[in-house]
Amino acid sequence: MGKNRKALKKAEDTVVNDAQAAGQNVLDDAADGGKKRDYTKSYFSYTMHEIWNHKMSYALIAPFFICFITFTLLPLIASAVLSFFYFDSLSWPQFIFWDNYVYLFVEDSLFLKAFSNTLYYAVIVGPVSYIASYFFAWFINQVPNKLRPIYTLAFYAPSLCSGIAMGVVWLVMFANDSQGYINSVLLNAGLITEPIQFLQDVKWIMPVIIIVALWSSLGAGFLSFVAGFTNVDKELYDAAMVDGITSRFQRLIYIDIPQTMPQLLFSAVLTITGSFTVGGLSQTLVGHPSPEDAGLTIMLHLGDYAGQRFEVGYASAIAVVLSVMVLGIGRLAFKLLQEKG
Amino acid sequence: MFQVDVDYLKKAKKRREIAPTVITIVLAFAGVISALPIVYLFVTAFKPAEELFLYPPRFYVANPTLKNFSDLVSITANTMVPFTRYLFNTIIITALYMFALIVVGTMACYPLSKHKFPGGTALFKLVTNALLIISGAAAIPSYIIVTGLHLDNTYLVYIIPGLANCTCMFLLKQFLDQVPNTIFEAGKIDGASEWQLYTKIALPLLRNAQATCVILTFPGIWGDAGTSTTYIYDEQLRTFAFFMSTLQGGLARTGANSAASLIMTLPSIIVFVVSQSSVMDTMAHSGIK
Repeated sequence: MGKNRKALKKAEDTVVNDAQAAGQNVLDDAADGGKKRDYTKSYFSYTMHEIWNHKMSYALIAPFFICFITFTLLPLIASAVLSFFYFDSLSWPQFIFWDNYVYLFVEDSLFLKAFSNTLYYAVIVGPVSYIASYFFAWFINQVPNKLRPIYTLAFYAPSLCSGIAMGVVWLVMFANDSQGYINSVLLNAGLITEPIQFLQDVKWIMPVIIIVALWSSLGAGFLSFVAGFTNVDKELYDAAMVDGITSRFQRLIYIDIPQTMPQLLFSAVLTITGSFTVGGLSQTLVGHPSPEDAGLTIMLHLGDYAGQRFEVGYASAIAVVLSVMVLGIGRLAFKLLQEKG
Repeated sequence: MFQVDVDYLKKAKKRREIAPTVITIVLAFAGVISALPIVYLFVTAFKPAEELFLYPPRFYVANPTLKNFSDLVSITANTMVPFTRYLFNTIIITALYMFALIVVGTMACYPLSKHKFPGGTALFKLVTNALLIISGAAAIPSYIIVTGLHLDNTYLVYIIPGLANCTCMFLLKQFLDQVPNTIFEAGKIDGASEWQLYTKIALPLLRNAQATCVILTFPGIWGDAGTSTTYIYDEQLRTFAFFMSTLQGGLARTGANSAASLIMTLPSIIVFVVSQSSVMDTMAHSGIK
């Protein structure tokens, strides 16, 4: 009897913990048709019972998770395992334990450069683009319904035609000679006497990359915000009005931000991953390799080993180190946001 | 006491009239700067040769011409496989993929958001963490799995490996979290089955999120040239984007290339505008009130 009671207590605790972990109210699924469940047998039989009662839930998630495990999770695990091997993608992998990691932290001076560049980029572009996305989506939510698609398209344009037109537009803006738009404006205004080598000068390379990144930073997170605001119950505004909340700014703080918490979490994840995996942008703007490796990022460094030198094991080690970093920061951001929400 | 309240509301109404002007000005200014690449894309496709090579390039066209498009047609006229075949492949693949992606994604997000079942929280955490893991070196394991399942050289290779799109599933789930549970409870009291709750309540309420998923994934699948190169050996099964990428190269083709770029991007822009227009206040139409 005592044992049974213990099992019951444990089962109840798990339910409570799970519900809290989910951070939301969860529907009690009535799939059991109102039958009385016998919790007293054991924790195991309780769990089996629960699984059987929710067979519909499992059936619904099955297609997604079968694909997810096969094509996303397994390659990721395989890549993590490969980081302990020497693997040139032709001959059989050789187990070398942590030699890849030792080389990465002790001998690879370029990694340090790539690391500091990536960090510099992420610290600025991450938060600024996150906040800008939110505010522009919020602004768009204030204009009439009919104008919204036009504005959204204008702001999302850089993401839609990235690579094609983006390179051209910005290469002309920051061109090194006096014909470049920015140089020619500064020369005409008498602020400088000779053109700044934006794309060659080591001092300017990272700032230029960051400016272009910020300009094109309204991406997936921004779209989720635009759609997320439409899900906010407008009756809340009326209710708040009665309670004395009248300005748009107050509404933003007390209604919009808490109501769009799901989108804030979503966007945070994408922003963090996006800002630490910068690479292609740097390559388009300043080329790869860039002058004195001033535009080298971790992803470009990784690409060198995976694509050009065929050292897949070492590239995997770089990916693992970057992933650990991004995961850590992601969890921190999640904790911060969930505490507020 | 009541009189004070009315004054307060009147004042509030007056104040609200200034804000829209400020917002419109800020939006218009930033929007014009932001829309430059799209403008450039359109303008360049209609530029005659002498304007194409002007330096610095202009954001307008003085003498618009359709020559770039006719050049493109003449280049595509004498290829082994007719270019309509590539276009047909891409349309079929894109349509199937978008449909399957939305079905699989919405099906998975409904139980994860609204049911409490053993392992549900853990599985969702797995997906969010997978988004934070960098897959830069996972290409070779992926290749081994895809070829091991004999998906290579079929249409399926374009569709199935990308079906479990963590970004979309995460997005859909977050949107469903915003929907109050009471509406599902009401459905249940009215005798709806789980399948009906999913199709009749969850799906319509997720319309905005679905539109966002379509926009996020469409350019990727429409412009997918890499899969054709890696996994397809039969020219008949390759995509339009792959075909376009083979045309590149040579100064003489700059005009044709700019026309090709416009053709490749235009469907994404159209899909964007169409699905954005369907994004509207779902709560107002959902019958929650």
